[in-house]
Amino acid sequence: MSQCDSPDLSLKLAPIFQKHGRDPTKVLQILREVQDTAHCICGQSIDLIAEHLNLPRVRVAGVAGFYSFLAGGQACGEYRVLFSDNITDHMLGKAELMDYFSKKLWLEPGKVSEDGLVSVDSTSCTGMCDQGPAALVNGMPLTNLDENCLDLICELIRSRKPVAEWPPMLFEVQDNILRKDVLLGEAFEPGAALKATLARGARETWTEMDKSNLRGRGGAGFKTASKWSFCHAAIAEEEGHVVCDIGDRAERIMVCNADEGEPGTFKDRVLLNSYADLVFEGMTVGARVVGAWRGFLYLRGEYSYLLDKLEGVLQRRREQGLLGKNILGEQGFDFDIEIHLGAGAYICGEESALIESLEGKRGRPRNRPPFPVTHGYLGYPTVVDNVETFACAAKIALHGGEWFAGMGTAQSAGTKILSISGDCERRGIYEYPFGTTIRQILKDCGAEDPYAVQVSGPSGTTISWKEFDRKIAFEDLATAGAFMIFKRGRDLFQMARNFSHFFAHESCGFCTPCRVGTTLMQRIMDKIDGGHGTASDLEEMKNLGQLLKTMSHCGLGTSAANPVLDTLNKFPDIYEQKLKALAFEPAFDLDGALATARRITGRDDKEAHLGAES
Amino acid sequence: MSNTITIDGQTIPFQEGQTIMDAALAAGVYIPHLCHNPEFTPHGSCKLCTVTVNGRNVASCTMPAVEGQQIANNTDELNAKRRSLTQMLFVEGNHFCPFCEKSGNCNLQAVAYHLDMMSPHYNHFYPAREVDASHPDILLDRNRCILCELCVRASRDVDGKEVFGLSGRGIDCTLVVNSSSGDLVDTDLAATDKAASVCPTGAIIVKRHGFSVPIGQRIFDHKDISQVQLEAARKESGHE
Repeated sequence: MSQCDSPDLSLKLAPIFQKHGRDPTKVLQILREVQDTAHCICGQSIDLIAEHLNLPRVRVAGVAGFYSFLAGGQACGEYRVLFSDNITDHMLGKAELMDYFSKKLWLEPGKVSEDGLVSVDSTSCTGMCDQGPAALVNGMPLTNLDENCLDLICELIRSRKPVAEWPPMLFEVQDNILRKDVLLGEAFEPGAALKATLARGARETWTEMDKSNLRGRGGAGFKTASKWSFCHAAIAEEEGHVVCDIGDRAERIMVCNADEGEPGTFKDRVLLNSYADLVFEGMTVGARVVGAWRGFLYLRGEYSYLLDKLEGVLQRRREQGLLGKNILGEQGFDFDIEIHLGAGAYICGEESALIESLEGKRGRPRNRPPFPVTHGYLGYPTVVDNVETFACAAKIALHGGEWFAGMGTAQSAGTKILSISGDCERRGIYEYPFGTTIRQILKDCGAEDPYAVQVSGPSGTTISWKEFDRKIAFEDLATAGAFMIFKRGRDLFQMARNFSHFFAHESCGFCTPCRVGTTLMQRIMDKIDGGHGTASDLEEMKNLGQLLKTMSHCGLGTSAANPVLDTLNKFPDIYEQKLKALAFEPAFDLDGALATARRITGRDDKEAHLGAES
Repeated sequence: MSNTITIDGQTIPFQEGQTIMDAALAAGVYIPHLCHNPEFTPHGSCKLCTVTVNGRNVASCTMPAVEGQQIANNTDELNAKRRSLTQMLFVEGNHFCPFCEKSGNCNLQAVAYHLDMMSPHYNHFYPAREVDASHPDILLDRNRCILCELCVRASRDVDGKEVFGLSGRGIDCTLVVNSSSGDLVDTDLAATDKAASVCPTGAIIVKRHGFSVPIGQRIFDHKDISQVQLEAARKESGHE
């Protein structure tokens, strides 16, 4: 029995409602907490939330159905174990471990145990690729899983020990910083960059940002100073940019995008864990430059375990006069930061989807124009920058633009933090100046006989061993930081198939090409994997890839075909060796269609299969 | 009044605030579309109306017309892609034109004819989708829903009721209604609502009128959708 069915549900939810008030932008935060309390979001909870926030029920139901961690109307166990499904987890034995664990608990993945105690499922990459196989139990990260760990976890669950009382070593998360440069290397005194900003002046700080040539670290590489100037009408006018018409909406918003959902990326996790002051200070510098009063940190649901720690840092900064009213004694310099938790949706890393999510809606990318810099959060001009971008901004405020521009390459100033995982001896965080070659990086992390590298995650580029002299830089290999290594002998087809599942799972469903195209792609990859692929399937995937690239609404769709297209182009043999030697192969798998009948009758013998004699 | 854009070599005037789609329709240029309806806020989800502007693909229903845009619309390449998108819409749902009440009045079917779609091309998904016949006057058949959200917009913006919304994500997106039971009968939807008549396919239909106009005399039985929609646009501007 799910706790949802209890008659005193409204009593149970009352503290959550009280905490968040009647602000409709809090829908997602409320739904998250309802999920954590009741282990599901039943119809009755949706009624109560809609009533409390005075929203149409259908809108609350729409949000509840969008985010993976909210599980819609489906119940999950009191203990919800979600195994990270990235290819790097698979390479470390994820499938076998999940199977082992499910069997031990007599569970079918995706279902809840009869007594409602436990459920097991997969989830998109949890950002622990350097210490996988990883999982989440009721939102807490589990790393370096093996059978012994899982035995212990089984015992803890069976004895109904609250997760908060589990041995802390199960939840140990390492930073694994293995190469430091200017961002990670030098100590940072909280307030130093703000003092420099106040001494220099806001306009002059913008000039330093401009000189630094800092480009966004989330992958797209838009020049940060330009984004800030668009948001600030006066600077935009001086610079000859389009001036945003903010009308009576003088308020501006600074958002830090910590929805680090790209599989294989985990540098923001480390920055927030150990360099939070640098990040928050960068946001505050940005706020001073554009004139923002409100800031948000959009923290992905997978990192909710960092929430208390980050709230602590914010509180300390308020006490130190680095946040709040009259920052550092400067009259009228008011800025504060709120943390908003995501709930399992990769698409919310897209800036306009992130803003929708901040407003408590389904994470659906907006139509542009208008752009967030002029019409963002609740219509206010909004800057959305990556965690690492803000860390860089703080350093630039401290040391000046020329200092920063002097590092890296012509079009890529500064350094880049890479999250290195996969087949190498030393997985972890590496900070390199832009322009470093793949070969150098592979050598430093101890990659033996590397064959391919997935740069910047599934939405990035697959590069083969022939391309290891290419460089990390916007002018060559742009990257948001993921760096997954595959040694010779790894089945790259399984990598591409894993990524095709990822995109189909994460597509928001708004536009036709991405909603249907990612699913078609996934199905063809599964068909080939099942030994039913033909040459025409490869052609079909190329066409689908073009359709996704050219017709999709946002970056998720336009990049969703990259892994398949790249591997088809660079490693055609991984597909060809899996194709049937037939010119024609029916799309309909007759034997596969009998699977349900076999399950119902409990048979799996030879006679229960079609074509078993061959 | 020098505001002009160029679509397939043809110079077209536009007014400040118009989208490329608005300007095209007003000038008698057809751009295939499904989720767009001039009466409602542009949505941009079906992507059929994608055109190439100065080398970049954009949805013409949401992209503002800007002086000097060079736009490619009626090209073989774009029409082939539009055909693929239409095929995708067919296979992700369950569309059985021969016995659908909406056949001949259906925009999806008409666009498919316009784009010379001869087969579904992709494998059918045959999804299990719910039919809601609970309402005395209105049938909701999700098998035919293409997630264009016209009913969502009509109910919210015209009827002021917010009867419809989307839930789920990705390929599991589904149309949901504003009631605790999840049934249409428990919403305040009325057959006279805009939302009850705006569906471009047969997903939402008013009961007992399915065959009041016989097959053969329906909107698209003798006219291509481009002709029908351009005539409608002309009539609209004539009234103004």
